[in-house]
Amino acid sequence: MTDSLDQIFVTLKHWLLSGLDDLLKWLEVAPPGWSMPLVSIVLSLAPILMVFPALFAITTVLERKGLGRIQNRYGPNRVGPFGFLQFAADGIKALIKEDLVPRAADKVVHFIAPVILVITAFTVYAVLPFGRNMVAADLDAGLLFFFAVGAASELAVFMAGWSSRNKYALLGAMRAIAQMVSYEIPLILSSVAVVMITGTLSLTKIVEAQSTHAGLLPDWFVFTPWGFMGFTLFMIAANAELNRSPFDLPEGESEIIAGYFIEYSGFKFALFFLSEYLSMFALSGLGITLFLGGWNAPFAALDFIPSWAWFFAKLLALIFLFIWTRGTLPRLRQDQLMNLAWKFMIPMVLVNLVAAALWHFTGPGWMRWLTSGALVVGAYMLLGKPQFESKDIGKRTYRFAD
Amino acid sequence: MNLPFAIIAAVIVAAATAAMTLRNLVHSSLAVAVAFGGLALAYLYLDAQFVGLTQILVYVGAVAILIVFAVLLTRGGEPPEKCIFSATWFWGLLITVAVFATLAWCVMHSFASRRDPSDKVEVTVKQIGDALMTKFVLPLEVIGLLLTAALIGAVIIAMREEKK
Amino acid sequence: MLGTGIIKGMAETARNFLGSYVSREHLTTVQYPEERSPQIENARQFPFLVFDGDDPIKGLRCVACQICEKECPPKCIYIVKSKDKRVDYKGQSQFYPARFDIDLSVCMSCQICVEVCPFESIKMDTAYELSTTDRFGGLMADKHQLAKSNEHYRHIHPTDAALSDAALAVEVAKAKAVAEAKAKAAITTTVSPQPVAAT
Ligand code: SF4
Ligand code: SF4
Repeated sequence: MTDSLDQIFVTLKHWLLSGLDDLLKWLEVAPPGWSMPLVSIVLSLAPILMVFPALFAITTVLERKGLGRIQNRYGPNRVGPFGFLQFAADGIKALIKEDLVPRAADKVVHFIAPVILVITAFTVYAVLPFGRNMVAADLDAGLLFFFAVGAASELAVFMAGWSSRNKYALLGAMRAIAQMVSYEIPLILSSVAVVMITGTLSLTKIVEAQSTHAGLLPDWFVFTPWGFMGFTLFMIAANAELNRSPFDLPEGESEIIAGYFIEYSGFKFALFFLSEYLSMFALSGLGITLFLGGWNAPFAALDFIPSWAWFFAKLLALIFLFIWTRGTLPRLRQDQLMNLAWKFMIPMVLVNLVAAALWHFTGPGWMRWLTSGALVVGAYMLLGKPQFESKDIGKRTYRFAD
Repeated sequence: MNLPFAIIAAVIVAAATAAMTLRNLVHSSLAVAVAFGGLALAYLYLDAQFVGLTQILVYVGAVAILIVFAVLLTRGGEPPEKCIFSATWFWGLLITVAVFATLAWCVMHSFASRRDPSDKVEVTVKQIGDALMTKFVLPLEVIGLLLTAALIGAVIIAMREEKK
Repeated sequence: MLGTGIIKGMAETARNFLGSYVSREHLTTVQYPEERSPQIENARQFPFLVFDGDDPIKGLRCVACQICEKECPPKCIYIVKSKDKRVDYKGQSQFYPARFDIDLSVCMSCQICVEVCPFESIKMDTAYELSTTDRFGGLMADKHQLAKSNEHYRHIHPTDAALSDAALAVEVAKAKAVAEAKAKAAITTTVSPQPVAAT
């Protein structure tokens, strides 16, 4: 029973496929050789194309409500019950708005940019395992695929900013690229630690490597010193990759209005938001896969809950974490941003690689906890100290007008 | 020669030609990015997953970005006034032909051209890593050294000069 | 240590987040169309013209002296002075505004018109729900729309209205005294020659 529930979507797909096959046989139509694989691909992709935009719609409402509560207000509460239909109103508004293209804009590039952005945002889902046997394309180099496709979106951001012929857009694009290039290094290197331990780039194999239980805790990488540090660095870098607060300089509403997508309106504007949120889900999914045990249940006793439910529960938790940080932290300055990336994140992530290697070669036992943990904590104290604590600016004083 | 390969090759060649002939520098660099992407597709089509994805990650994700960034930081995207052919086009053509001939000669005489295309081998990422760390460790280290030197050079150039 | 500030901040926001579900005190917003926060007495939005008595137009205190029109910084008052005169609240014969328009979309609520008016005839209103579907005419208020009773003024700004009423009472008393004195003088002047004529 639990097994069938766990595999319900996989079974459904097989059932649909064989049903189609039978139907064609019954109709005595001989489909061309390439058609059945194509149908299979469509059946794998259609859920992704439906579930994640739906999640996007829900998340926009939940985010606004959550931020509202954090700021001591209600958030949207007018459209539908408790305001949960707000996304429908927003969507309709975006659809019926006029699509304005600046006269000086580079029309073709201006049009292609959001399209590429959304395509790349969707493509990365192909390699994410959402549950047991639930991955659209089980690539041997899945992790690499994820990062490669994600990197292509930077070019789209640049295209959007440059083609608008707007100084704010260009500034936003330059900021975005500088930020994405800087934070891609810690993002990739923090996942390299996982690759080193598991010895594979395949995301399904990485999940399988975390499926065992050691005592009370499951064998998730986040429950190791290097894994915890790696997860923290991964989430910070992911936050920066996504241009979300506190790393929202490329969009900085208060200084460059909306950054690289300032000259987009109507549905194209909505596409930017869609791709932003899709990337957020995808990166959260990757973080879950790499560090939080993927679709594995935390305790063996909880295995009866289907694997995909675990994946989405963890996904929602990480989304909440993103919203929570957004509601808490103010925006960084450009120099602080670069300092954090190059003087803290990158050295830390390199040390983390060494810590992972130590963990691997020390062998089981408390020794690996000690060595690896000491290295991580020591490096954290040492690297965190100079840039962020040395400046004693004293107690803040206020002067009021008389 | 088959249809997918022909399409990919056409895309690459068209993008490369566009990169050379377009008047707008940013358009050219975007066309270069398309050519890089086409090359990655060619690798993927040849079942070289790792190389293909690395091609996208490094060339589209980093090199193309650096090119457009450099274009932006130096002279904006205004198209040049004069003819796009440089005065020394003849020498350029000569060098291109020479490079192409060398590469073609290498490819024709390499072991790859003598291999039977039917014996397909599954190359995993692990094997590539092993090969890089054992058989090709020297080239890898040399490239690493070269890149480090380039990096230090860039830092020195970018360093603010102390006022004396 | 690096990061403690972030954790402290996260704890604070979490407290706000959870607190908003537990206690109403955390939610400070007023659900506007259904609830309104009470207005403070000195609130001001746009000017209105005060009238006495029952007829809004006849009772207008404004004498069309056009001081406010000249002083209004964004020049949003438009006045046409009447050709004839009529008796005002002091019993004096005065001009009155044949037209008195204020463009509320231009008015910046500076209250200068109120400060300069020597006749206590223009005051600031507190109504703020003035949105309209007519972009051009909708916010152009003429004297019929602007005229509001003194009771209304007493209701929205009790303190100011009391001061204004007191000042007006003094004015009226003065005017009466002057009128009486004049009347007396008139009587004496009209009475005194009579004996001469008689003689
Ligand atoms: S409040 Fe100021 S702007 Fe408005 S009508 Fe009076 S003087 Fe003019
Ligand atoms: S409102 Fe006052 S200042 Fe303005 S015209 Fe009338 S009496 Fe004069």
